[in-house]
Amino acid sequence: MPLPFKRCIVVGASSGMGEAIARQLCREGATVALVARRADELARLKGEIAAAGGKALVFPHDVRDYQAVEALFQQITAHMEGLDLMVYAAGVMPLIEPDEYSLDKDLLTVEVNCMGAVAWLNQAAQRFGREGAGTIVGISSVAGDRGRRGFPVYGASKSFLDAYLESLRNRIARTGASVVTVKPGPVDTPMTKDVAKKPLLISAETAADTILKAAAASKRVVYVPWKWRPIMAIIRAIPSFIFRKLNF
Amino acid sequence: MEDVSAVTAPTEAQIDKSAGFHPLPAANLERVDSFGMNLHAMSYVWRPSTVAGIHQVFAKARATGRKVGLRGAGRSYGDASLNCEQICLDLTRMNRVLSWDPQSGIIEIEPGVTLRQLWQYCVGDGWWPPVVSGTMFVTMGGALGMNYHGKNNFQAGPIGNHVLDFDLVTPTGELLTCSREVNPDIFHAAIGGFGMLGCFTRIRIQMKHVESGHLSVYAFSTRNFAEIIREFEARMDRADYLVGWIDCFATGAMLGRGAVHEAKYLHIADDPNPQQSLRVENQELPDTILGLLPKSIVWRFLKPFTNNAGMRLVNWAKYWSSATIGNRKTVRQSHAGFAFLLDYVPNWKWVYKPHGFLQFQSFVPAETAEKCFTSQIEACHRAGIVPYLGVFKRHKKDSFLMTHGVNGYSFALDFAITARNRQRLHALTRELTDIALRAGGRFYFAKDSTLDPVSARAYLGEDTIREFARMKRRCDPDGMLHTELAKRLFAEDLLNT
Repeated sequence: MPLPFKRCIVVGASSGMGEAIARQLCREGATVALVARRADELARLKGEIAAAGGKALVFPHDVRDYQAVEALFQQITAHMEGLDLMVYAAGVMPLIEPDEYSLDKDLLTVEVNCMGAVAWLNQAAQRFGREGAGTIVGISSVAGDRGRRGFPVYGASKSFLDAYLESLRNRIARTGASVVTVKPGPVDTPMTKDVAKKPLLISAETAADTILKAAAASKRVVYVPWKWRPIMAIIRAIPSFIFRKLNF
Repeated sequence: MEDVSAVTAPTEAQIDKSAGFHPLPAANLERVDSFGMNLHAMSYVWRPSTVAGIHQVFAKARATGRKVGLRGAGRSYGDASLNCEQICLDLTRMNRVLSWDPQSGIIEIEPGVTLRQLWQYCVGDGWWPPVVSGTMFVTMGGALGMNYHGKNNFQAGPIGNHVLDFDLVTPTGELLTCSREVNPDIFHAAIGGFGMLGCFTRIRIQMKHVESGHLSVYAFSTRNFAEIIREFEARMDRADYLVGWIDCFATGAMLGRGAVHEAKYLHIADDPNPQQSLRVENQELPDTILGLLPKSIVWRFLKPFTNNAGMRLVNWAKYWSSATIGNRKTVRQSHAGFAFLLDYVPNWKWVYKPHGFLQFQSFVPAETAEKCFTSQIEACHRAGIVPYLGVFKRHKKDSFLMTHGVNGYSFALDFAITARNRQRLHALTRELTDIALRAGGRFYFAKDSTLDPVSARAYLGEDTIREFARMKRRCDPDGMLHTELAKRLFAEDLLNT
C-alpha cells in the first residue's frame, strides 16, 4: 500500500529516525520539509534525496527557538500548499553518570524533547483539528513507561510526551485527524551510539518503516519493534518496591 | 557536542527558508470545502462587511505577499473558490440590499446577497429573478463570477444578460463602475471571469415582472436522446422554462430515456388570487414530506440507496412514474417550488459522504448533442461508473468573454466518488471531456474540477485566453487574485507562474 502522505514535515530530520523517515517518505513520492538545526546536514540530505528522484525542502531551525515556530510552520505549509503528516523526531539524550545531576543537560533535554515538541505539535494539532484531517507522529520512547535509574530527565521527558500526545489525540481525533505515539526501544542512531546496553536493537530504517505504516493506519500507540509492548507491560507491572532494586 | 566547523556552509539555493516571510493570524485559518466535498483547502479567511474591509484585505495580502481567492456561498462544485494556504475573501457578510424600485424592478445589491434573499425581497411586488440556479443558496456575487444560468437559458440567457451595471474593486484598490456602455470590455470579462479581475461590491439587476406566483408546469416522459431533443426544439419558442432529467442507467434503445418539465408564466387572468400566490410564505418550500417527515433527515433515508444497485432502482422508479402516473400532466407550481429542485432535500449531498461527488457538465451545439451525450453515457457504462443523476438543459450563445454558453444543450452528470473509483473516474472524465471537445463542447467553471489546461485552451481558444489575460493584467497586474481552478487551468496565462 502506498503511503497516504504527500506533504510532510519532519522535525529532527538531519539524523537518526527523523532522517530515515524523511528518506522513506521521499522514496514514496512525498514532498518533505526537513527541519533541524544543522543546515549543512539538511542540505546534504536534500541533495541525496534529489539525486534519488525525491523532493525535499530545507528549513534550518533550532527547536529551542520556540517563538519562531509559528511563522516557520506557516511558511512551510504555504510552500507545500498544505500538510498531511507532521513528525516530531527531534530528541536528545545526553549521557550522564550514575551520580551526575546536571541542570544544563536536563534543561537541554526538556527544551528539545518537550518544549520543542509542544511548539511544533501545537501548530499541527490546531491545524489538523480545524481541517478534520492529518496525522501527527510523536517519537517518544519505551523509556517513558517507567522512571528508571539511568537518564531520569530523558525518561521523564518521554513520559511528558506520552501524556501530551494522548491529550492532543483526545482533542482532535474526533475531527478525523490522528495522533500516533511512537515508543521505540533502542534504535541504531547517533543518539544511542555511546549507550552500553541496547537490547532488541533495530536499524533506523526498520524503525522508520514500522512508524510510517503505523501512521498510515492511524494507530494510537505503537511500540517499535512490537516486542516491546509485552515487555513494557510486564515492566510497568513490577511493583515499585521491587523495581527500585533492579539495575535498569 | 558536535563539531560543524569543518563542514561547508550550505548555499542559499539549498535553503528553502525565507527570512522575509510574514505569517497571517492562525485564528483566521479555516477549512474551506468545495460543494462536491471532494476537494478542500486550508485558507486564512476574512469576511469583511464593507468595501473598506475589502480594501483592507487586499492591503493585508499585499503586505504579506499572499494571494486572494474570492468566495461567496461556496456552491461551486469544484475548486473555483478554493485557495490553498492563501487568503480567502468570503463575501457572505456583504449582504445588504442597497436599493429597490418596485416600479421598474431594478434592484441594487451587495455581492453577498443570496438568491434566496433576492427573490424573497421582490416576489411580493410581482418581480422574480430573471435567471435562477437550481439552488437558492448561491450569492449573487458568485452568480456573476460564474455567470450562472437557469432552466430558461434558451430564452433569457445567463444572469449577465440582466445585469445593468456593477462596481468592481480591483486588487490595486481601484473601483471600476462597469456596464455595457462604461468599461464594456471589463463588464463582459468580469461576468463569468471566475473572480480573476476584481471583487463585485455593488450589482444592479433588472428583475423579471411576474403576474402570478405560480407557473403552469407540464411534465412528460421521453424515450431517448433523439426524442428529448426533438421535444425541446419543438417547445423552446413557447416555453419559459425547460428542463430534462435522464436515467443514465438505461441502455440500448432506451439510452437517454427521461422526463421533461416545461413551465410557463401564468398571466393575471389565469390566477384567481395573484396577490396571495406572490406572498413569500406561499413560495417557501415545505419543511416536511407529507406533513410528517422532516426534510432535514431525508438524506439519511436516501443514503442506503446511494450505490449502483440502489440508484439504478431509484432511476428506474422515477422513469416508470414519469412514464405512467406522471406522464402528460399539467400542474401549478410556485416559482420557488419549480426552480429550486436542489433545495427540496436539505443537505442531499451528504448521501455522497465520505468521499464526495463530482459533477461533469458539458455544453454542446444542438447539431452534435445527441451523438455526444450518447457517446458519453456509453463511455460511463464501459467504465462501470454510471452517473446517479443526469440533467439536461437547452442553452443559447451569449456575449461574455469566458462563456460556457452554446446554441445547444448541456448534460450534467453526478458521479459518486468512492475509495476505489477515484482513478478510474478521473480517466473517465478525461474521456468525457474529449468526447465533448470533439463535438464542439464547452465547460462551466462553477461545475468543473477535472479539466486540464489543454482542454480549457481547446474550447476557449487562444484569442479568448489572450484577451482575458490582457484584462487580468489591467485589473490585477500583480496576479493577486488566484484560485485553485485558475492555477489548474490558466497558471501560465493568468498567474505568471
